[in-house]
Amino acid sequence: MENLGALALILAFLLSVYAVAGSIIGAWKDRPFLVESARRSIYAIWALVTFASGLLVYGLLASDFRLTYVASNSNRDMSWNYKIAAWWGGQEGSLLLWSWILACYAAVVVFTNRNKFRKMFPYVVATIGGTQILFLLLNAFIASPFKLLSVNRGIAAVPDGQGLNPLLQHWAMQIHPPMLYLGYVGFVVPFAFAFASLITKQPGDGWIHTTRRWTLVTWLFQTIGIILGAGWAYSVLGWGGYWAWDPVENASLLPWITATAFLHSVMMQEKKGMMKVWNIALVSSTFFLCILGTALTRSGIVSSVHAFAQSPIGVYFFVFLGIGIGLVIFFILGRLDYLKSESQMESVVSRESSFLFNNLFLLASCFAVLWGTLFPVFSEALTGEKVSVDAPFFNRVNVPIGLALLFLTGIGPLIAWRRSSTDALRRNFLWPTVGMVITIAVLLAMGMRHFYALMSFGLCTFVTWTIISEFWKGAAAIRLKDGLSLPASFIELTHRNTRRYGGYLVHMGIVFMFIGFTGAAFNQNKTTETKIGEKFTIGRYEVLVKDIEEGDNSNYIWQNTTLGIWSDGNYLGDLQPERRLYKASRQASSEVTIRRRLNEDLYFNFASSSEDGKTAIVQAYVFPLVTWIWIGFWVVLFGTLICLVPNKIRPSGGSSESTLTGVREHAPVS
Amino acid sequence: MNTYVKFGSLIVVVLGTLAWLAVGGVSDAKAYYKTIPEVEEMGNKAVATRLRVAGDVQKGSIRRVGQEVHFTLTQEGKTMQVVYTGTDPLPDTFRDDSQALADGRLQPDGVFHANKIQAKCASKYEAKPGQVKPESNEPVALPKTANTAS
Repeated sequence: MENLGALALILAFLLSVYAVAGSIIGAWKDRPFLVESARRSIYAIWALVTFASGLLVYGLLASDFRLTYVASNSNRDMSWNYKIAAWWGGQEGSLLLWSWILACYAAVVVFTNRNKFRKMFPYVVATIGGTQILFLLLNAFIASPFKLLSVNRGIAAVPDGQGLNPLLQHWAMQIHPPMLYLGYVGFVVPFAFAFASLITKQPGDGWIHTTRRWTLVTWLFQTIGIILGAGWAYSVLGWGGYWAWDPVENASLLPWITATAFLHSVMMQEKKGMMKVWNIALVSSTFFLCILGTALTRSGIVSSVHAFAQSPIGVYFFVFLGIGIGLVIFFILGRLDYLKSESQMESVVSRESSFLFNNLFLLASCFAVLWGTLFPVFSEALTGEKVSVDAPFFNRVNVPIGLALLFLTGIGPLIAWRRSSTDALRRNFLWPTVGMVITIAVLLAMGMRHFYALMSFGLCTFVTWTIISEFWKGAAAIRLKDGLSLPASFIELTHRNTRRYGGYLVHMGIVFMFIGFTGAAFNQNKTTETKIGEKFTIGRYEVLVKDIEEGDNSNYIWQNTTLGIWSDGNYLGDLQPERRLYKASRQASSEVTIRRRLNEDLYFNFASSSEDGKTAIVQAYVFPLVTWIWIGFWVVLFGTLICLVPNKIRPSGGSSESTLTGVREHAPVS
Repeated sequence: MNTYVKFGSLIVVVLGTLAWLAVGGVSDAKAYYKTIPEVEEMGNKAVATRLRVAGDVQKGSIRRVGQEVHFTLTQEGKTMQVVYTGTDPLPDTFRDDSQALADGRLQPDGVFHANKIQAKCASKYEAKPGQVKPESNEPVALPKTANTAS
């Protein structure tokens, strides 16, 4: 069985080499049959990789502990869903998942575009195929998931496996890696179209229109993946944070930042024919950062809390990156005149300018994060001393960038293309600015002195006001003209320009997230050592240690403490944080408890007990506003889905709406 | 004023500010990776700088004393006493024989005060010839804290 799997992967590898060679030679020598066969080999690759993946999943489900991968990532006691999740629980399996998702995407792209883009499509196939070569090379020869356990020369099997790391036995962790991969891998497709259109000098922005939805969906998957990781860290790891600027987290953030920049800057190309080189560079950077991220998390070149194996596969990724980046630069330089901008910047106070600065800030952030992540590598190369930087560095740079971006979120959508008059500025921004000033004044009066927090809350008010007024103006006009009810006119408005109003919703979600991030400025924490029957206080809460209990089951031994919570004399209920030791893996695990509320979360970790079992050591935290991050995420998700809905075709004459509402431009915003 | 000059100067101001923040951030947040023998060689200089020291947690050395956690890191035959004084809970992966990275400062008495600990499980299971079950049969128990004077 394992031989069949390994064989399928080798065949798929050979076919992907064929897909690349066939496409390029076929397009070059004008041999349609060769191109067609290369195109169809994508389906065959999909079938083979699917077959191999199926075998691995079967091995996991059937607990075939002759396989090294199964033995080290699964055990008999795990439920079936975790057995499947073990597919991406380790190095070899997760690389196979990468390959499989890529093969699926490739098959979908080839199928949906089977009669389109005759000229550039061979290059799309070649680009996707080239990426597939890298991963199948690793799957088939370097990190094969079908390796058997061997003792001397015979095949061995262990009675039971190591099991999936218990920390990863959590619903969010089951879907976090596939989501991130769906996002990571998805950027191959826009990149392939951009690159192919660059090579074949396609006129116009065909590649942008074709891949717009694709890019958005991919971006959404990345967002979901990142937030799931953050939410998991918050509710499982026991330190109460959701982001630690760890290299592996940064690796997932980098392509997200460039992808966000790309989503914005393509509008400049669509509307004004500007930033063409820039867009190609952005989509390429996003793709290469995805590859870099995959490499960073696996090669062990930067140390991380994420326990991925250190392995020699990094060099393959870096060779691939070198070749890829070289090719992109070569083709961009060779086609500069075809990428000429069609208009120019006219004023610093204009929509164009806001896009430009949006990109500048995002790229600066990306650069800072990349620099900080690779700092140990650079410093070792330059000075011989390995120096790392941690959270204070990243926060110091990224907090001001974040606030600047938040400000642009409010400004950008309302400012006119080309140049904006002082009058229009006053009309659009007077009241939001007043709202911002009032918010800051009130918070100051309440005693808040944290500069960034004040700015952040003020800007959140500013942006919220602009977004609400945009919806309000548009809906009021529809209500007046079509006589719809207010809620119906909101829906109608959104439906007429889903990209614009969906984009506003995404912005609103981002504002909620900023509210949540800002709450971190007021976190409180405390480690206490308290006897049963005694109380301690944290924030406005009084906590009574009621009891400590211990027990044992087939999977783990456990100990928990029951905490009674009071606030201002009111009893709020009991919380029961627990700590476990899993027997199979001898891995400890803390089960924190969280009382989640909109204003603040109360969070307990049971660190240890005294030997006599009478004293509990508890870490207690208060995290203000953190729930708004997760709320913001749902709003972002909803807004992005709205962006994907096609616009409703308006009845004739509908364009008068813009003059009615004073909204000058129906520019898509997303 | 020319539009390009305006854009140019704005961009320079923005990037200049960020670069200034970044440079300040590096000096605030940097920590030197050192091995235990290197720390010993540094002598008094080690006391002044923030360090990150990696090593294996010596078996049986983890002791909780109240809110502090004491343990011994070993690397290349050298050992270092570490006291964890941070507020964050220790990672679940921190245990005997795990690889740990202690982040903090060496005190003049030779004890390393860490305010952050990262830990990784020792390498995952790999069957070696003649060795089928990877772990010994040590008793399974949750670690407890030594009772403090209070």
